[in-house]
Amino acid sequence: MADPTSSQGIDVTYVADLARLRLSPEEIATFQKQLGDVLGYVSQLSEVDVSHVTTSGAPDLKNALRQDVLAPSLTPEQALANAPKQDNNLFVVPRMIEG
Amino acid sequence: MDVPSLTIPELRAKFADGSLKPVDAVDQLGARIAKVDPQLKAYNYLNLDSARAMAASADVAKPLGGVPIAIKDVINVQGDPCTCSSKILQGYTAPYDATVITRLRDAGAVFLGRTNMDEFAMGSSTENSAWGVTRNPWDLERIPGGSSGGSAAAVGGHEAFAALGTDTGGSIRQPAALCSCVGMKPTYGRVSRYGLVAFASSLDQIGAFTKTTEESAMLLEILAGHDPRDNTSVDRPVPKYTQSLHQGVKGMRLGVPKEYFIAGIDPEIEKAVRAAIDVYKSQGAEIVEVSLPHTKYAVAVYYIIATAECSANLARFDGVRYGKRAANPKDILDMYGRTRAEGFGPEVKRRIILGTYVLSSGYYDAYYNRAQKVRQLIGEDFRLAFEQCDALLTPTSPTAAFKIGERTQDPLQMYLADIFTIAVNLAGTCGISIPCGFTSGKLPIGLQIIGPRWGEECMFRVAHAYEQATAWHKEKPLL
Repeated sequence: MADPTSSQGIDVTYVADLARLRLSPEEIATFQKQLGDVLGYVSQLSEVDVSHVTTSGAPDLKNALRQDVLAPSLTPEQALANAPKQDNNLFVVPRMIEG
Repeated sequence: MDVPSLTIPELRAKFADGSLKPVDAVDQLGARIAKVDPQLKAYNYLNLDSARAMAASADVAKPLGGVPIAIKDVINVQGDPCTCSSKILQGYTAPYDATVITRLRDAGAVFLGRTNMDEFAMGSSTENSAWGVTRNPWDLERIPGGSSGGSAAAVGGHEAFAALGTDTGGSIRQPAALCSCVGMKPTYGRVSRYGLVAFASSLDQIGAFTKTTEESAMLLEILAGHDPRDNTSVDRPVPKYTQSLHQGVKGMRLGVPKEYFIAGIDPEIEKAVRAAIDVYKSQGAEIVEVSLPHTKYAVAVYYIIATAECSANLARFDGVRYGKRAANPKDILDMYGRTRAEGFGPEVKRRIILGTYVLSSGYYDAYYNRAQKVRQLIGEDFRLAFEQCDALLTPTSPTAAFKIGERTQDPLQMYLADIFTIAVNLAGTCGISIPCGFTSGKLPIGLQIIGPRWGEECMFRVAHAYEQATAWHKEKPLL
């Protein structure tokens, strides 16, 4: 594996695909350079000694739970009101499964 | 009577004695907006008719009865657009009220309109808006700061008596400093985020812009409190901030972190902040030097954690349930890819890519996990510092407002604009920026007061004490 903190490490085309974001060739070239700079800057974190730090959460924090009870919420009409395409109380999207 | 320059207590006194009606206040503000907003462009959307109707039925006995307030365009107000200054939310109408909006309604507030911002609150200049640049009321060639630049320009330019903003890495405090108003970010968990369009959920917090600290305290009393619909909001009593405000700083210990007075800070800003520290000394506060040794890593940590969280939060903008959808999609991946390509601006795309990258397989430990660990060290810095002092005094921004376009080609330079505000979000503490002077070119300078977690009472006391001794907050732009 490439050095994960090297500024050359990012493949913008591949990552944009993971993010479901279509980029133009110009955007890819610009972001490759700019994000290389940003990753170069953030690589300074590798000099911090974090060997004694755990990320298991702060000891004084506990989960915030609530009762799972019905409460007033949006009607189907309200929930669908902003949908680009809807039918029969459902959001409509392009066909995903052939058949 | 120059109504738009009144403070909220002054306005309420006029409502109470009948010398001014809330509807007239809306009209006078409307006239001011008509005069200055074509230049400032603080508002994305105005609804003066509905504001007049709200004002006409307002109960002036309520804490904000009849008081017109502007709302950053990232918070849902039922029936209003909420665009986040993004093309991807063009045409969206909010189907519900955010909890802060419900609270403001209950307090009698009147909603004027929605303020401009960097798209999805990502930026430090309000130049990343799909609807155009907001200008600084003190110099129209300069940026108002960001991301809540519209709210800062609206309050600084006397186009609203107060405004809501959001602060993820300084997005309230930095523009407040640059526009000479008071900008307050509460402790993480103090104010409900329900109905706020999420950018970085572990950092975002709603706060307010006002002309004075007293008004800031008034607003937090209304906004704060537990909300079962936001399980990161915390169930603890809300103090009467307005009542403890006047107690002064005599006997307090105020810390000056040496890492906040670094090379690169504008000498005029350092001078103004040092002078403010002397004001506290003369009021009987003890000034102590403290150290926050991990400060220099805060921007790097932030741009990993905030982008990681934004890449997850913004996955919901996919053209399915709301907002824009690309025309004639070939299939669902084509729909996602083009909807997001057409809907998001360059900074949002950049951050989604960076955030996706730092969370991706093979890089997660090196970036995201390490950043989370350094974040804990930053939090520990603050915890130790607050064992030695009651609050911290720092500059809010290393420079005054920069020129429009000056940093747009260099994202890293733009990111460094938040160098003094970002650590507060990472640590989850509270902070406020108050006016503390002007540069020789008459650009505002902000003093940042940082309190410990749940330390808003102390933070407001410190801010108010300075305001009582100085008149910077009374200066008005020549618009």
